[in-house]
Amino acid sequence: MYTTELKDKNQKSAPVTTVAEDPAKLAAFEARVAADDFIEPKDWMPEAYRKTLVRQISQHAHSEVVGMLPEGNWITRAPSLRRKAVLLAKVQDEGGHGLYLYAAAETLGTSRDEMIEALHTGRAKYSTIFNYPTLTWADIGAIGWLVDGAAIMNQVPLQRTSYGPYARAMVRICKEESFHQRQGYEIMMALAGGSPEQKRMAQNALDRWWWPSLMMFGPPDENSPNTAQSVRWRIKRETNDEIRQRFVDVTVPQAEAIGLKVPDPALTWNEARGSYDFGPIDWEEFYAVVRGEGLVAKERMKARVEAWEKGAWVREAANAHAAKRAHRAAAE
Amino acid sequence: MTDGLTEYALRLGDDSLILGQRLGEWCGHAPMLEVDLSLTNVALDLVGQATLFLGIAGDADKLAFHRDVLDFKNCLLVEQPNGDFAQTIARQFLFSNWQELLFRELTQSRNATLAAIAGKAVKEVAYHARLANEWMVRLGDGTAESRARIVNGLDWMWRFGDELFDVDDVVEPLIASGVAVDVRKLRGEWDQRIARTLSEATLEMPKPRRAAKGGRIGHHSEHLGHLLSEMQFLQRAYPGATW
Ligand SMILES: [Fe+2]
Ligand SMILES: [Fe+2]
Repeated sequence: MYTTELKDKNQKSAPVTTVAEDPAKLAAFEARVAADDFIEPKDWMPEAYRKTLVRQISQHAHSEVVGMLPEGNWITRAPSLRRKAVLLAKVQDEGGHGLYLYAAAETLGTSRDEMIEALHTGRAKYSTIFNYPTLTWADIGAIGWLVDGAAIMNQVPLQRTSYGPYARAMVRICKEESFHQRQGYEIMMALAGGSPEQKRMAQNALDRWWWPSLMMFGPPDENSPNTAQSVRWRIKRETNDEIRQRFVDVTVPQAEAIGLKVPDPALTWNEARGSYDFGPIDWEEFYAVVRGEGLVAKERMKARVEAWEKGAWVREAANAHAAKRAHRAAAE
Repeated sequence: MTDGLTEYALRLGDDSLILGQRLGEWCGHAPMLEVDLSLTNVALDLVGQATLFLGIAGDADKLAFHRDVLDFKNCLLVEQPNGDFAQTIARQFLFSNWQELLFRELTQSRNATLAAIAGKAVKEVAYHARLANEWMVRLGDGTAESRARIVNGLDWMWRFGDELFDVDDVVEPLIASGVAVDVRKLRGEWDQRIARTLSEATLEMPKPRRAAKGGRIGHHSEHLGHLLSEMQFLQRAYPGATW
């Protein structure tokens, strides 16, 4: 899963360039990026580029890891052995995405422990979508279909993002995300074609997850101060609104195909644009969730911090044992 | 009363299912991301095995989601609670080393389906045993705290080891006909494996104690009922629905 760059609305955006960069180096860098060259870890890059990437990639990694929680919530209650196995595999994939992304961010000189520390102290953000609860089994379908579906929309262009390690991580991740999206949709299909109680679950899940999914693409372009810079540096390849529109256009017919209703009275097909017009997004809700006011934000952070703190003795033991081994090997 | 093969398949399937379910509880909460992935991986293998073994006994989903405690035939070891990470590893250590030996022999079963399942699963389980053995060594020969915790974890699990090697009159005829494995013959090798890893982990062999048994005839600990009430919730709340 992926998140666009998240910031509190009132948080000042970082100055574009914090140090005076060498103009010749900067020009050469910009030319490479404009020519769609990949930037690699050892290459020179402006500080602001490095910072933006660390923020975005680590945020993305945190989203993968926190995203294991709402789905993990249903592993022990999955309704069949096949669904249980598929969900286990999916959540495992998400953890794997977290690993590749932490590794990609580490190539920029920030350690995984530093990034995790930033998450646990609330300095780093993760996708707002994971601060909503998974109430019924249909939510597992809705997450796969909508959230992984939105993630694909966001991530496919990132396979061509200018930073090489990030782009390569995205190639691996995208393949798995499309698998997740199909599996989620398949769950929804089964429910939508099931008993009245199952249909209700499916519609209710769509009602709750639709708008938060649209928010996953981030604030509208006019309120997304870093978009222009990020597009110019090819960190992003498309704006939030462009990707959001594509998601709506692809997803609405999928909902209709299984007899579910998208919870937006303003939704209409616009012949002239060849796209759906859709109603206004409640950005106040979005910014509240970014600030940490999502319904289960406290539970999510508590779960992550507890896992980390309760696991400290395990990590210490592993390090201590590795040190003993190295010591013994050296003595031989 | 079910026939011998059905009963044997239930025991094999329930062992894998219940332990897979337990390990699934860790998902998202492990001490580090790499461990989270390994535990999930083990859980996934076990759920896969359970599906195949239960398939011999009947409709695997029906068996998994519609039986109550008395009809589950897993050993008591696998239903024990996760506890801390050390307790989870102690359970895995005793179980996977046994399951690897069991499946190695089961590949020779006269029953082709059992042999085929074991043939696939034995590689998975060899990895589970290695993972558990490595963590035993890290925790035993890590810090004072990890050592104390793994000693406690083993202390909790140790009394459930003997049940793994029991043979009753359900299995006896199947052993005679070459379908089932005579687990009594695996005891010596298991003991050696356990002793070897414990010694590498600088841990002492726990003292023998009175064995806790009963799982194979449905006499379980209190833990299994709670595990089932969670696992079976949807199937119970919406009878007849397909998912
Ligand atoms: Fe992902
Ligand atoms: Fe995914």
